[in-house]
Amino acid sequence: MTDIPKQTLSELINNIKTKKISSEEATKAFIDRSEKSRKLNAYITDSFDRAIKKAKQFDQNPNFDLKLPGIPIAVKDLFCTKDIKTTAGSKILNNFIPTYESTVTQNIWNEGAILLGKLNCDEFAMGSSNETSYFGNVQSPIDENLVPGGSSGGSASALAANLTPVTIGTDTGGSIRQPASFTGTVGLKPTYGSCSRYGIVAFASSLDQAGPMSQNVKDCAILNEVISSYDEKDSTSVDFKRGKYSVELSKNIKGKKIGIPKEYRVDGMPKEIEELWQKGINFAKDCGAEIIDISLPHTTYALPTYYIVAPAEASSNLARYDGVKYGFRSKGDNLIDMYEKTRSEGFGSEVQRRIMIGTYVLSSGYYDAYYLKAQKVRNLIKNDFDEAYKKVDAILTPSTPSSAFKIGEKKDDPVSMYLNDIFTVPVNLAGLPGISIPAGHDKKGYPLGLQIIGKAFDEQNILNIAYSMEEKINFKNKIADWWIK
Amino acid sequence: MSKNKSEYLINRKDNQYEVVIGLEVHAQVTSDSKLFSTSSTKFGAEPNTQVSLVDAAFPGMLPVINEFCVKQAIKTGIGLNAKINKRSVFDRKNYFYADLPQGYQISQFKDPIVGEGKVILDMPEGQKEVGIERLHLEQDAGKSIHDIDPDNTLVDLNRSGVALMEIVSKPDLRSPDEVSAYIKKLRSIMRYLGTCDGNMQEGSLRADVNVSVRLKGSKDFGTRCEIKNVNSIKFMQSAIDYEANRQVDLIEEGKIIDQETRLFDTKKNETRSMRSKEDAHDYRYFPDPDLLPLEVSDEFIEKLKSDIPELPDDKKKRFINEFKLSPYEATILVSDIEIAKYFEQVVAKMGKNRDIKLAVNWITGELFALLNSKNLEISQSPISAKNLSILINLIKNGTISGKIAKTVFEHMIDGDQDPQKIVQEKGLKQQSDPKALEALIDKIINDNREKAIEYKNGKEKLFGFFVGQAMKASGGKANPQLINEILKKKL
Repeated sequence: MTDIPKQTLSELINNIKTKKISSEEATKAFIDRSEKSRKLNAYITDSFDRAIKKAKQFDQNPNFDLKLPGIPIAVKDLFCTKDIKTTAGSKILNNFIPTYESTVTQNIWNEGAILLGKLNCDEFAMGSSNETSYFGNVQSPIDENLVPGGSSGGSASALAANLTPVTIGTDTGGSIRQPASFTGTVGLKPTYGSCSRYGIVAFASSLDQAGPMSQNVKDCAILNEVISSYDEKDSTSVDFKRGKYSVELSKNIKGKKIGIPKEYRVDGMPKEIEELWQKGINFAKDCGAEIIDISLPHTTYALPTYYIVAPAEASSNLARYDGVKYGFRSKGDNLIDMYEKTRSEGFGSEVQRRIMIGTYVLSSGYYDAYYLKAQKVRNLIKNDFDEAYKKVDAILTPSTPSSAFKIGEKKDDPVSMYLNDIFTVPVNLAGLPGISIPAGHDKKGYPLGLQIIGKAFDEQNILNIAYSMEEKINFKNKIADWWIK
Repeated sequence: MSKNKSEYLINRKDNQYEVVIGLEVHAQVTSDSKLFSTSSTKFGAEPNTQVSLVDAAFPGMLPVINEFCVKQAIKTGIGLNAKINKRSVFDRKNYFYADLPQGYQISQFKDPIVGEGKVILDMPEGQKEVGIERLHLEQDAGKSIHDIDPDNTLVDLNRSGVALMEIVSKPDLRSPDEVSAYIKKLRSIMRYLGTCDGNMQEGSLRADVNVSVRLKGSKDFGTRCEIKNVNSIKFMQSAIDYEANRQVDLIEEGKIIDQETRLFDTKKNETRSMRSKEDAHDYRYFPDPDLLPLEVSDEFIEKLKSDIPELPDDKKKRFINEFKLSPYEATILVSDIEIAKYFEQVVAKMGKNRDIKLAVNWITGELFALLNSKNLEISQSPISAKNLSILINLIKNGTISGKIAKTVFEHMIDGDQDPQKIVQEKGLKQQSDPKALEALIDKIINDNREKAIEYKNGKEKLFGFFVGQAMKASGGKANPQLINEILKKKL
């Protein structure tokens, strides 16, 4: 039997169900490896003692009909977890302990899983490298001083380093798919409205979506099946018929039409990304898919549109962190002074930058030129996809325009950092599902990912395409446990 | 001076100024739970005991619209003869304050749930139509309390998230009296509909008052000032009076009126500048991405329309037609739904031989005086509609005189007693036996022979003397009509 932490979710479930290992053994194995991996700084808060207690409870009275029987799982620290500190990677929530549980995590615990701890992330999920977290950088297990991507950087690092069998992240502009791509893992952003946003610290409400991250496509399907649910507590949750993604998973994609958007061949894209994409196209053909050239003409406007809509919503969503009710508060001479000091000291510089941008674009006199226009462009981008989906079943693109970069490399250049999201952002703007699967390595041996974008609520289709291509690609992550002495 | 006595004009030297007023009324929606959460809205609870995670804006909490509040707003819109918008949008109004947990108020900005409508006012000089610009739904904020702790402001979030309807009038009002009539009419309509209890003491109804002045006859609007959050009709009237005169004085002195937000100081009876236009908040309105646009179907609206009760204007028309009331009487009786209900109950219980006029007089006379003296609402009346109807019938069928009825009424107050029982127990029944009365009158004429002769000789004033004597002799119980007839015959 493989080392427990190196087992896939499917293997673990099987081994627990067949009583080859107990939940306690599994939990202890992941805790043990997590303890040895402090250097990665993947965790903000661990709940190891509680996890062992819960695992013992499970073993005493096991229910093997559950989808995640006794499986220990660590989650991004953007999900509110009852009685466990939830920080969103920010000083301003440094001391915040929710009295409630997010719907997505509740769904996971309802299926028998056990919380290992809360994983590091960019502050309020604003970042592409996990460098904006108040709790410090996260190291990628791929290489020393390499970013794991962001904002779900702690999740990607923990997953790739086998500190958790699967994990969940949130994706507002690529925050699941980009770190998955950087760490050689699988990450799915479901259709907007598929997973409830209740209890997830909000960044940009019209774009935020929780999703699974895993070692492989099958595990991704299992977890998505668990977390996706209709929720009356979220008015944007959609009551559609959800498939049994893992049960209906199929490698047969014969005759599926896959679109290749010409606009994604952006200027300055490294050759190896170009080559990876071509490789992906060939694999898709090998799987029996039909390749069709398509056009998504408004792609170039996606990034500027995103960087108006997301900060605008964020500037309003983050207004509640004012030192009055909970979280960090700084002393002030009066109410306004208290607000200013609390928010200046409580928020990091990237969050402050986005609040400033968002406040500006919503200001009277600028609203029409920025926010309203961005909404119009957003509609055009949506229409592009609608047009394309008249001809194809899914779209194949690279996940990111480059592989992972070194910590500090882009920290002082926000625009270059924002360019990381160029292939992922249009998917959020259109509310569509997108999955990133590992597809190769660059010259340095760093992972590269391919993205498959689907029609709304058509997660099963892109999971099937990913499942089929995964077999052909046969990607092997090169992780040498460099951080464990 | 103006032709119209009730016209409200401000005179200075050679100039006459007209006042232009528009109101933004904030009416609390009658609902058990808040606009976007399930917390209770009960008034007067211990601070911070009716606050959910949503109301306190905890991280990750999301608003979910309360369908009942939507229905209430649409019903109110129907009552205001207004256009119901099948698609409306909730926006965020962003500003920081300690009692605004989200850092924004969820309101409706560009696309309100209710569009243009109108309200008819009954003024002494006739009817006046006031245009409604819009009605939208929004959340109330919490309450900052500055006078409990010497060093800190305390916050009570019980009211945070309670549903309000903001009803914006067109600038159609021209005097404090019209403002009073408008508020009363709005309150009346909403109480008929059960959509707002209109209780100004509890803050269920308050208004921002926009005031400007212009030379009489001018078509252009002057610069307006907004007086914030006035919570009684009396204060609104005083505030308008003060503010209009202040603006006229400025114009007369050749000064400029600044467009600004002002506060009404109820102690000094004056308005004071709160913030100028330059300092006005930039609320950065934008559609709330946590909520989908609110869409209602024609069927939904039609269903609500069919549930609308008879409203004051229709009720008034019916009262005039069906009961032959004067417009003045009808206006009084329909002004409050509880009064109208009471009146209709009395009428219904009076049966076939009813005397509506008598009922109106007793309700608006004796009963109102009683309620006034005891400071009671008609719904708390110590005398039930049923017993009042019996009393009125006793007068109508001659069992007791109007005068005796007043005595019976006094006894009825104590425990809502049946007037028939009182009449019987106290022996108050009217003497209507002609023979007995004839004997009584014969005796009086005999005892006052000289006066009888004077009367016959033309001193007609003395007739009243004989009536008085007869009533006195009967202990007030003699049927006055019969006394009159017999006296005329005998004298």
